[in-house]
Amino acid sequence: MSLNRIWVLAEAFGGKPLTITLELLTKARELGATVEAVAWGGDVATYAAELGAHGATKVHDLGDLGDSLAGPPVAAAIAAAVAAGDGPDAILVGQTYDGRDIAGRLSAKLDKPVLTNVVDLAAGEPPVACHAVFGGATIVKATFDGGAPYIYVVRAKSFAAEPSGGGAPEVVSLSVPDTGATNAAKVVERHVEERSGPKLDEAPIVVSGGRGLGEAENFKMIEELAKLLKAAPGASRAIVDAGWVPYSYQVGQTGKTVKPTVYIACGISGATQHMVGMKGAKNIIAINKDKEAPILQIADLGIVGDVHKVLPKLIEALKARS
Amino acid sequence: MGNTADMNVVVCVKQIPDPATPGSLDPATKTLDRSGKLIIDESDMYGVEMALQLVNTAGEGEVTLVSMAPNGETGGLRTALAMGAAKAILVSDETLKGSDALGTAKVLAAAIKRAGPDLILAATESTDGYTGTTPVQIAELLDLPSVTFAKHIEVDGTTVKVHRQTEAGYDEVTCPLPALVTVTAGVVEPRYPSFKGIMAAKGKPLDQLTVADLGIDAGQVGQAGSGQTITDVADAEERKAGEIVEDEGDAHEKVVAYLEKLKVI
Repeated sequence: MSLNRIWVLAEAFGGKPLTITLELLTKARELGATVEAVAWGGDVATYAAELGAHGATKVHDLGDLGDSLAGPPVAAAIAAAVAAGDGPDAILVGQTYDGRDIAGRLSAKLDKPVLTNVVDLAAGEPPVACHAVFGGATIVKATFDGGAPYIYVVRAKSFAAEPSGGGAPEVVSLSVPDTGATNAAKVVERHVEERSGPKLDEAPIVVSGGRGLGEAENFKMIEELAKLLKAAPGASRAIVDAGWVPYSYQVGQTGKTVKPTVYIACGISGATQHMVGMKGAKNIIAINKDKEAPILQIADLGIVGDVHKVLPKLIEALKARS
Repeated sequence: MGNTADMNVVVCVKQIPDPATPGSLDPATKTLDRSGKLIIDESDMYGVEMALQLVNTAGEGEVTLVSMAPNGETGGLRTALAMGAAKAILVSDETLKGSDALGTAKVLAAAIKRAGPDLILAATESTDGYTGTTPVQIAELLDLPSVTFAKHIEVDGTTVKVHRQTEAGYDEVTCPLPALVTVTAGVVEPRYPSFKGIMAAKGKPLDQLTVADLGIDAGQVGQAGSGQTITDVADAEERKAGEIVEDEGDAHEKVVAYLEKLKVI
């Protein structure tokens, strides 16, 4: 039992589809007979073939959205297609900054509910969604009562991206109707914050720091350890909120989901908000003073100790090897 | 909309079970159990603080809280009133139990409309349900522009300027008022309510409305209006604790040995 037609919101950056886009296309092939992508940005032609190679047979191209935020125009274009009887049975959206905006607006426009924080989908009419709650300790399955289109917002790394062997898709334009007052916000300037080393959500090793570091200055130990291990530095929400490191370092419910080979948590107690973002790591090493800390309950190697003592020695030991 | 010097801000506030206590699901509806004591969602305190500062900068105007709860809970709203908000609107109705994000947005949008604000602030997502779609759904229902994930906000006349968090860094976004903005925790440091504030909060207006007062059909909200059903609840595959070692000054050697075993060093 599967759906007829599925649309995947194909977010891209710098002329390449985001990994989550390819993950969603891969899963969509199990859920529906026909998989199509909805893309925008003016450079869709440069990566349409990659969407095709992951299962999209058609790409609906909204063109360049100029200085608009993605939410209003993309939602309006999809809602117009649905109203014209040319919409999909289900829409898969990545849980990203723009993805949530688009899904929220679309849901209100269509008066359809939306299931968010989806970590798995099972084929059906409609597909059944799995959500991780309470920091990933409980899995809740949910589905829709009403009719299509069904909207799902899916967390990154819920599925592996695999090519389908599909050829170049047909690219058709999808026009954006008048968005009125809803589209009045305009991007004046885009700022890119460079961070060195491997990307947090792609690195094989992640070294994260939390409140247990004591003060912002001590995050240097995390960076140094990460550098020695060719790892990406990460952070708990507590120290991002405290302004020690930028938001782009945050691992957890609101931040990045990571699934590295090794996750090293330093001075992180393991609030549910953090655990949901790193529980999928293959191996977890945790260093924490408090032997009752929840993070030690899920660590493969737990060190009950002071990060101020353990980390400098660990750094020295790794330096001695290189 | 008032005159240009006037700055009226609505902040969406959610009252949630204390995140420090273990959460549970209501066995009947399988939605989050919110029957116990509720407190203000810490994520909302950033919006309350931001609103207070924007009104202060404008010189005139006030901060109105809008919230929804099935059981008439007001404790969390009193906390935000104690921080300095002028008044609160609480939509409280048994029929709201089990509302999904869209149902919640319909109720909050109708309540916000009554306040007629220049700016609506909300957290990017609640700490308990964390769907993260309600604010944008509110904006769409009110036909307003929205800017999500703000880490910096300033108001210049009838325009709000926002630094919006992005995957790569941040975007500078400008938006005419009225508008809705969601704030991240980094936007501002919330104040603690003072004793004077707590005393003053007791006398501040707190209007309680029902779904019918807002002219919303009860079928649109609550479990009935949610359009979704929980089909199953199961414990996730448990990650078991591995080896736990007390540091005696040589724990770093354990870490090195573990990394060697994994062949990552």
